[in-house]
Amino acid sequence: MRLDEFPTKFAKLSGPMPVWHGTVDAAQLRSLCEQVERGGGKLLALWGSDELARDAGYAVHISLVTALGMLCLTLPVSAEHPAYPDISDLFPAANRMQRTLADLLGLYASGVDDHRKWLRHGSWPGSVHPLRKNFDGSTVFPTETDAYHFVTVSGDGVHEIPVGPVHAGTIEPGHFRFSVIGERVLRLEERLGYLHKGIEKRFESMTLAQGAKLAGRVSGDSTVAYAWAYAQAVESVTGTTPPPRAAALRAVLLELERIHNHLGDLGYLGNDVALAFGFAQFWILKEDVLRLNNELFGHRYLMDRIVPGGVACDLDSKGRERILQVFGHLEQEIHTLKDIYDEHAGVQDRFLTTGRVTPDLAAQLGLTGLPGRASSQAWDLRAQFPCEPYDKLDVRMATHRNGDVAARVTVRFEEVQESIRLIRQIMDQMPAGELCASIGNAPENTLGIGWVEGWRGEIMVALHTGKDNAIHRLHPHDPSWQNWPLLEHAIIGNIVPDFPLINKSFNLSYAGVDL
Amino acid sequence: MYQIIKQILRTGIKTETPPDPDDTLRVEVQRIQKNILRHVGRALAIRCVDAGSCNGCELEIHALNNAYYNIEGLGIHFVASPRHADMLLVTGPVSRHMETALKRTYDAIPQPRLVVALGDCGCDGGIFSPTDSAGNPCPSYASCGKISNVIPVDVAIPGCPPTPIAILQGILTAVSGEAKAP
Repeated sequence: MRLDEFPTKFAKLSGPMPVWHGTVDAAQLRSLCEQVERGGGKLLALWGSDELARDAGYAVHISLVTALGMLCLTLPVSAEHPAYPDISDLFPAANRMQRTLADLLGLYASGVDDHRKWLRHGSWPGSVHPLRKNFDGSTVFPTETDAYHFVTVSGDGVHEIPVGPVHAGTIEPGHFRFSVIGERVLRLEERLGYLHKGIEKRFESMTLAQGAKLAGRVSGDSTVAYAWAYAQAVESVTGTTPPPRAAALRAVLLELERIHNHLGDLGYLGNDVALAFGFAQFWILKEDVLRLNNELFGHRYLMDRIVPGGVACDLDSKGRERILQVFGHLEQEIHTLKDIYDEHAGVQDRFLTTGRVTPDLAAQLGLTGLPGRASSQAWDLRAQFPCEPYDKLDVRMATHRNGDVAARVTVRFEEVQESIRLIRQIMDQMPAGELCASIGNAPENTLGIGWVEGWRGEIMVALHTGKDNAIHRLHPHDPSWQNWPLLEHAIIGNIVPDFPLINKSFNLSYAGVDL
Repeated sequence: MYQIIKQILRTGIKTETPPDPDDTLRVEVQRIQKNILRHVGRALAIRCVDAGSCNGCELEIHALNNAYYNIEGLGIHFVASPRHADMLLVTGPVSRHMETALKRTYDAIPQPRLVVALGDCGCDGGIFSPTDSAGNPCPSYASCGKISNVIPVDVAIPGCPPTPIAILQGILTAVSGEAKAP
């Protein structure tokens, strides 16, 4: 099959995003992946599901992004021979997703070199696959020792620094293995999975209505983006259209989330180059936004404000005035602080050329989202495939070529300013009307996909329905899957003390990928 | 430099008054003598461990460091090593993959030590825990559930996530040491 044929041959899923879904065989899957790769497209997510109860073995699902939209492929896999073609040679980001699929569902990519486990540590045996339907999620196994082979670097003067899972600051857990000579990093290898708490298994015991709350807690700092993506997926399978006012409010919430996260990061990036002043200033601004959130919408991080069908909050004219008032102050302060960051020799000395990911490398390995845009990967869902209300806003994408910490800082500054502009414009054009549409019943064995540009990058929620509005399988996908491997490259040749700075400039999610 | 000083002066002092301790948050009989607590309470060192949270609680712990709450101004600071800590602040349901790391961090803190569990998940396993037939949260293949299933907890602070004020109140409750008369 030729790639340009899929919009005619596959079914388009209902909903605002351009998503097509089709079932393919192994040869078609490889061929379509190759065509997407050649055409400059990328891999968004790879997951699997257990279809034994439907007499259909297992299934591997792959979503690819092309210039036309998302192409979601399903490959049936037999229970006797649970294997599928490897695609990590085309999309290196597939490596960890494929290893996760082997851990959780026992489906194996044929022909790969890297057979190591990924999400599994020592809490369940390798012969057990938690996402299989015949596995009871409340089974508890005795903990085994976690044997994991790190790649060793040898040579004169090379030594290893193991860091984590418990880090020095208040951050999520993960293990970093540095191989260094003196202070210079030769290699970094990440080992994640410490936060695996069985979210995907948990979803399978829930109904569509119950899942909304859990979706908002996949990664707490991106709760709005996940809740929106989940709502989109549910609306797609039930054929619901949220009212225009709800769509506008969702975008206000999403941009507020982007603003508070970027402000927090800008503060910490100042802190990490010993400018505590930057932390103090930006975190006052962040707190102002969080308090505004709480005052207007009833939650500092806007959790559970987006629900399937619409929103669970509203904005009146008084609220609009408050937002404009806070934004007036915010814009002025950001302007002052940007000047201070730009002109501070010590800050710029640490930011510039540190943790560089060149545009070529970013394209080759599939860097996405905010760090992607700082390395010339001009991709922002709000500009590429704008859904309501972004289709009327003409979102200006922030991109830079340098790919260093300084570029990621600049992208954040520009995105905060753009988000402020967007919210003002949305509020000026705010449609009146209902806040929430009622959700009908979802047919069994249907796929719904939600796709939202969160502050880190594209967040996807893939929902497969079961009987009676139950969730058969749900896969939430964080852009950090794509970006964690690039952090390993960004640090090469830098010194160990710059790692916290580089790491913070990416600010990837651990919870969002450990699930 | 002039710009920085000007901005600091223009910003002024943002710090607000801290909340009072709340004894309803206390889950265990106080184990540590009052006089030690008085001593510790003047300069409290906290080690945080994310044992499986969604990162929401961490955001609010970070917020405690901002100028409005100014937790360092109360003599409370977050430390990098458990050896330097008086208190362990734990978030999340404890994932099985973090169980050992959490226990080791706890063991590495010199006695007397305090443990504060943070968030709905830390208090009872939260939304991540499956429920048994009676509707009570139970452990799973990947999660040990609430923090007191793994290490002893002195104070548990509910909320999703708890606000910075609630966290501060919980920390102050843990160090204030004296339960009110019933």
